[in-house]
Amino acid sequence: MPLRSKDLLSIEDLTLENIDLILETASSFEEVFDREIKKVPTLRGRTIINLFLEPSTRTRTSFEIAGKRLSADVVNVSGQGSAVAKGESLKDTAQTIEAMSVDAVVIRHWSSGSAKYLAELIKPPVINAGDGWHEHPTQALLDLYTIKKEIGKLTGKRVAIVGDIAHSRVARSLIAALNKTKAKVTLVGPATLIPMDIDKLGVDISYSLDDVLEDVDIVYLLRLQKERQSENLLPSLREYSRLFGLSKARWQRLKNGVRIMHPGPMNRGIEIDSFVADNEKALIREQVTSGVAVRMAILYLLMGGAQVE
Amino acid sequence: MNRYLIKGGKVIDPASGRSKTEDLLIEGSLIVERFSENRGVKTIEAGGLIVTPGLIDLHVHLREPGREDAETVISGTRAAAAGGFTTVCCMPNTDPAIDSVSVVEQINDQSKQSLIDVKVIAAITKKREGKALTEMGELVDAGVVAFSDDGAPVADSQLMRSAMEYAKTFNRPIVDHAEDLLLAAGGIMNEGYYSTILGLKGIPAAAEEVIVARDTLLAKLTGAKIHIAHISTAGSVDIIKRAKEDGLSVTCETTPHHLALTDESLCDYNTDYKVNPPLRSMGDIDRLFEGLKEGTIDAIATDHAPHARHEKEAEIEVAPFGMIGLETAVPVLINTAKKYGLKLEDLIPKLTVGPARVIGLEAGTLEVGSNADVTIIDAKAKVKVDSSIFESKSRNTPFEGKDLTGSIKHVFKGGKQIVIDGSVI
Repeated sequence: MPLRSKDLLSIEDLTLENIDLILETASSFEEVFDREIKKVPTLRGRTIINLFLEPSTRTRTSFEIAGKRLSADVVNVSGQGSAVAKGESLKDTAQTIEAMSVDAVVIRHWSSGSAKYLAELIKPPVINAGDGWHEHPTQALLDLYTIKKEIGKLTGKRVAIVGDIAHSRVARSLIAALNKTKAKVTLVGPATLIPMDIDKLGVDISYSLDDVLEDVDIVYLLRLQKERQSENLLPSLREYSRLFGLSKARWQRLKNGVRIMHPGPMNRGIEIDSFVADNEKALIREQVTSGVAVRMAILYLLMGGAQVE
Repeated sequence: MNRYLIKGGKVIDPASGRSKTEDLLIEGSLIVERFSENRGVKTIEAGGLIVTPGLIDLHVHLREPGREDAETVISGTRAAAAGGFTTVCCMPNTDPAIDSVSVVEQINDQSKQSLIDVKVIAAITKKREGKALTEMGELVDAGVVAFSDDGAPVADSQLMRSAMEYAKTFNRPIVDHAEDLLLAAGGIMNEGYYSTILGLKGIPAAAEEVIVARDTLLAKLTGAKIHIAHISTAGSVDIIKRAKEDGLSVTCETTPHHLALTDESLCDYNTDYKVNPPLRSMGDIDRLFEGLKEGTIDAIATDHAPHARHEKEAEIEVAPFGMIGLETAVPVLINTAKKYGLKLEDLIPKLTVGPARVIGLEAGTLEVGSNADVTIIDAKAKVKVDSSIFESKSRNTPFEGKDLTGSIKHVFKGGKQIVIDGSVI
């Protein structure tokens, strides 16, 4: 197996070599996308379960397309309408899945640590598609892939991650990935959304987007969950947008060549102005395309498929 | 009549200040200076062993009534005996809660069939809902030693004031579960670096400390006795130290797991480390040990909290809080205390006379004429924690498989030997 571990649970677990291998493999798969028949027979006869216990459209769809382009059979299981909704424990769900001889499980779960828990319960590879606030490693890998492809080497690049760091698995995975690739990370947001002691990860913290705007190479905007207002972590979405939203005026202050990223789905008018989202500096669509290639690479590497043609 | 000669052990009796190698004599149910006659004396060789008063645990969950699948009075007290305890206080967060004489009597009945004493701590408020006081007078008549809504705080400050004053009428302490529920809401573990990297909602130290501060202030206002349960933070130690310096009737306990483990243990998302209050930082542990040394902390209690296996085999955000502790307390304490230059002997007061004083119990001493509750410990024995042989019905220990030092050899309760060579009768 090219990756040393059975599963892909977190960026923390990966070495820089692992990351490079995934990104190189993704690059070879992306060539498939331009073909008329966008499919390789690599995982023919293999079954992948997409176990999504928290609502998700883009990540689930991305994994489904990735699996299908590798010719695997992909089965979607969601929280609603499944045995889980009837109160089945994750342990029993895991044993049921294992008893059906599936070859890999992609899990999205609302509780941090659940992907690791599932991986301990079953033999087939488990891919973390987001566990609580903990990690979303495939998102970080597709982000790295996008950055490398569009901008080049990350070493020394300055990345501002803006928004709700505290409740973001995307941020945690991205920080780990950027640290491994030696980019310089600044976290930007109101103090209520910056978790305790996160500076110990070797990142800078700023409570002002305006202060960092002119020094960065990449602005990575996080989706703001609207419930942060009802939890009194924010006074209003309006004030959030005024202080931390990437408006057109702020966008105009960015250096040449700065790129904008967002994991989606976007709240236009809150963390990102529509003009900014649709402008050429934005890599948001490229991120989505990269997602399929990177997930194909991960499925291929973990499931030990045949050689890429 | 039973006659035991416990020969050549190191007898440690903090209540009388005794600490030397000597023989200890048990006749009938009492500790005696000399036997009335020498017939039928059984000799227990205790050379190299530590002989202490039977240990007292102020804080256990026996899960009866309501969750007899996880623990019962009988199984929990057997676990206690195996761990060297001869008296335990059971908490009222049962189903139904221990808020009426009938439930107290149910436990008292079970207790009579147990190997050790069970003292009942009844609820402060009916159903532990924090709304209306229980009938404390009647409960005291039924034998209740203290009042607590353990598992939940009394959020209403006025009601807490009333509870303290009303309990004072009967000279019984309020055992305080110090947790600000709003600050702790949704929390899974200590708030800090590890909660941040693990993506788990944190419970800040302040969630405990604001209630410790509030209730020491209320103790000052009311002159009542309060005992703060399971303190876990440096700040709590500081607040209680100050309260004691001010002459308030405030006592407190911490637990073996809060002394031995930090929040870093959660890194594997192992639900056996999920406990409330949560495991804190190294700095907190340092301060807890100082608190033990300087006398701020009066007692070490296990907060033995059994849970059925299937409840703990779940996502960490789903699994219940709590860990069992009766059968590992002594070896865990020996091992963790070593790092702070303390020996088991130094902690014996916190497991005997300390807790006895908190609830005004005539126990926890080896003085001649007192009840022969005696625990004999081999503080050098190497043990590997194996929950499959536990007396407890539950297995939720974070110490599974750990190599520790220290085992309980023999236990006497009222002159009767209930643990023989490590096995409960």
